[in-house]
This record gives sequence, structure tokens and C-alpha cells, in this order.
Amino acid sequence: MALLELERISAQYPGAAEPVLADINLSLGPQQLLVALGPSGSGKTSLLNLIAGFVTPSAGRISLDGVPVQGPGAERGVVFQDDALLPWQDVLANVAFGLELAGVPRPERERKAREMLALVDLADFGTRRIWQLSGGQKQRVGLARALAADPRVLLMDEPFGALDAFTREQMQELLLQVWQRTAKPVFLITHDIEEAVFLATDLILLAPNPGQIVERLQLDFGQRYAAGESARAIKSDPRFIETREHVLSRVFSQRSAAVRQEFA
Amino acid sequence: MSSLEVPVAAKRSSPSTPAVKIRRSLSTRWISGLTLATLLLLWWAVTAAEWIEPLFLPSPEAVLAKAWLLLTQGYMESTLWQHLGASLGRIGLALGAAIATAIPIGIAIGHNRIARGILDPLIEFYRPIPPLAYLPLIVIWCGIGELSKVLLIYLAIFAPIAIATATGVRTVDPTKLRAAQSLGATRAQLIRHVILPSALPDILTGVRIGLGVGWSTLVAAELIAATSGLGFMVQSAAQFLVTDVVVLGILVIALIAFALEMGLRALQRKLVPWHGQSH
Repeated sequence: MALLELERISAQYPGAAEPVLADINLSLGPQQLLVALGPSGSGKTSLLNLIAGFVTPSAGRISLDGVPVQGPGAERGVVFQDDALLPWQDVLANVAFGLELAGVPRPERERKAREMLALVDLADFGTRRIWQLSGGQKQRVGLARALAADPRVLLMDEPFGALDAFTREQMQELLLQVWQRTAKPVFLITHDIEEAVFLATDLILLAPNPGQIVERLQLDFGQRYAAGESARAIKSDPRFIETREHVLSRVFSQRSAAVRQEFA
Repeated sequence: MSSLEVPVAAKRSSPSTPAVKIRRSLSTRWISGLTLATLLLLWWAVTAAEWIEPLFLPSPEAVLAKAWLLLTQGYMESTLWQHLGASLGRIGLALGAAIATAIPIGIAIGHNRIARGILDPLIEFYRPIPPLAYLPLIVIWCGIGELSKVLLIYLAIFAPIAIATATGVRTVDPTKLRAAQSLGATRAQLIRHVILPSALPDILTGVRIGLGVGWSTLVAAELIAATSGLGFMVQSAAQFLVTDVVVLGILVIALIAFALEMGLRALQRKLVPWHGQSH
């Protein structure tokens, strides 16, 4: 049964001629790690903002557990691309922030926050200040903060986009571990094809003008990692490479189609 | 991962960077100290050689002796402490009132379109007017008592704090607001937990500017209408050509302004340590 349901969603910015997203149907269920992949302009960030409730669709219906989504809410946790942590609080208070907002008493929320920090391998970092962290550490704190509020679904907005290649690989593996342990459904957007293929149980490929889903794939590389296979072995597996090349060719065929259309 | 690098890097850099900093700040301080000492020496030399009459420039010893006299016996029925207390009391009261009102109003201006439409032109209208220009009107309305002086300083401090707060609120990182919203923050919680701390560096800068303006306004107001305070002390001493009291008064006024500025800078470092950090 799907948790999160998007029915015939369209979105248009005021004054814009073309909609950014047209007629999107999507569902996210438990055990799923749904990745939206697309070039810039394909509306993937708009899609995440719609689900998070930061913007409202011009048509269609978004529901979580059958309840229509209206505005942002704690049941949809968000991990942002750039640092959205609060520098006036230490790491522990940042992770506990959602629980503080919900009125959870201090000992209880700090216990939970410590638990989440341990989950992202930052157990000893509670008293650090935000500006003392590296980019990867900040993203892990952001992940811990989103998880501490115990959302129904986790939305990730190009969470590793600003990280270097080495850190990004480690973060992908960490995400799979966390996803497996917490069993939270994840909706993640990225423009990194390898990342998308590696992480996704379900991959949707978005194409621009207007943003629409052009392909849906079901993949199992993430599950193979969760089952104990090494990340490098999976990423060098011929089947992984084949899938990656297939997705890549789909992206480029969409691009050249768009270019042909423009010059026709 | 880099979790290992950070403590190592912090350990390695800690002995080297502060050392460099200390050496540099020492040398700058030395230059400033030397300048000050030279000026004092020049003052002493000019007066000791009797090139200038004490009526125009009393010697440093005379000013110091007068300072002792003022501290123990007083001038115009009050000691230096009482004059100082009167001035500091006025600015303290005005500052307290300004902080209590300007920050909420600044938040309203930065946060709410209608509040901005109403309040922004009002503040921008009166802000460029020198406070002494509307002092006569305040005196007509409120008399020459304490109220009119405190009100004048209050108005002088209010505008910089309100404007700085509004700027701080307007420049809050939208991602931080969204993050808090998606953690379930209500409107009031957004203001309390995100907007106010984000704007705090700007607010403190506003307080610093406001205090500077307020202090100079206060002294000027006391020159015109007061029976106590540092400005009054200087003014009445000038009328009787008691130049050493005038010089002393000016020095104390300068020292207080300097102390206020330094105190606020220290407060800024303590309250907003993240400001200026790359994050």
C-alpha cells in the first residue's frame, strides 16, 4: 500500500508560459527508496518542493496516508542540499530541534538525538559547533535531524550534490545503511546518474519542457549493498554499468529530441 | 571520513594561528599606545613650558587634581559620580526602552508587508533629522524634566535598532526557514528559533550604532537643558571658564563612549560566535 500518493500533479510558476511539471503520477510505499533523476530544468526540485509543501500544485492531489498535503509538516522530513543547520545551536541541539518544536522534554529529546547521531556515525560530535563540521558531517547532522523528528517519509533534495566524490560515495553507503535500519521510505532527487542507479529501488527519469516522467525502473543494487555486497563490486558489475548506460542514453535521447524540436 | 581530519587539523592549527594573531595585535596596540603617550607628553610639555595659558589649556596634573576634587567634593553640588550616574541612567533607560520596542517593530517590518508599509516611511522620515532639531518640540510637549531627555535619546537609538533588525529579518536564509517548517515549526516558533537568532548579529550592530548616536545626543541635550549630567557639568564649567573641568568632562565622555563600544563588541563576540564563520 502506498504511503505517499501524487495524482495528476501539475505545477506552474505565476507568469510562466510552460508548466514546470505536467501530469505527474507517483506513489511511494514502505521499503521504497524512490529516486527522481533528471537534468536541470526537468522539475525535480519542484517535485520535491511540492511534496514537502513549500509550494502548492496548480492541479492534482498529493496525499500522505490518505490525508491531503497542505503546507510543510513534520511528517515529511527534508534533508537539504546546502547546509540548513542552525549555527547558534550545537550539533545535539540541532538534531533535537524538531523534538524541541514538538514540546518534547529535554532529557527525552536529547536521548533521541544521541541515538540518531550514533546512527549517522557522529556519536561523539554532540557538543561540536556547526561551523566546525566538514560538508559531509553537516549532511549527516541534517539527516539525523530529519530522522529524529520521526517523519513518515524522508525527502532528500540533492543531499550529496555539494560534496566531493569520496565523501559522496561514503554518504551513499551511509544512507543505504540508515534507510535499511530505520525502514523509512525515502524520496531522493539527484542529477548524478551513478548515485541514482546505486541507491534506487525505484527510479524515475524526468525530462524537461514540461517536466514529466519518461521512464520508470525497478532496481536492486541498493538492496544488494544492504545484503552485504561491497559498493565497489556492485558499481563495477556489468549489469550496473549496463543500467547506468541505459539511463544515460535515455537522458541524452530526451535532450536531442528537445533540441530537434527547438530547431524544427 | 573527514570526521578524523577535523580534530587533527584543529589541534595542529591551534598553537600556530593564535601566536601569529597575538603578535600582530600587539604591534598594532603598541603603535596606538605610543601615539597616545606622545600626545600626552606633548600636552604636558606645552603646558609645563607655559606656552599656553592654563585658561585655554590646563596641564594634565591640574586636570588630574581636579578629577580627584570632583570625585570627592563634587562640582555644582554633585560629584563626578553623580553627574556620570545621571548621564548613564538616562542612556540606560532610553536604551532599555528602545531595545524593548525597536526589536519587535523591526521584526514586524521585516516580516510583514503591511507593517512595513505603515512603519518604514515613518522611521525613514524622522531618522535623518538631527535629534537636537526636534528637541525644542519635545521640550514644548514634555517639559524640561527627565522625560524629554530620555525620550530624545530613545528616539535617537530606536531608528538604528529597528532598521538593523528589519534588515536582519529580511536576510534570513530561506533554507533555514524551510528546514524549521518541515520540522513542524509554527509561525511563532519560526520567529523565536530561526528569525530572531539569525537577525541577532544585525540587531547587535544596530545597538552599537544606536548607542553611539544616543550618547552624543545625550551629551548635547544636557548641554542645552539639564541640571545634572556630564554635558551639564561641561557646559556650566565653560560658563565660568573653569577649563580643567571642561577638559576633564570631555575626557570622561570620550572614555565612556569608548567603553560602550568595546563592551558591545565583546558582547557581539560572545553572543554571536558563529557570525563571520564559514558555514
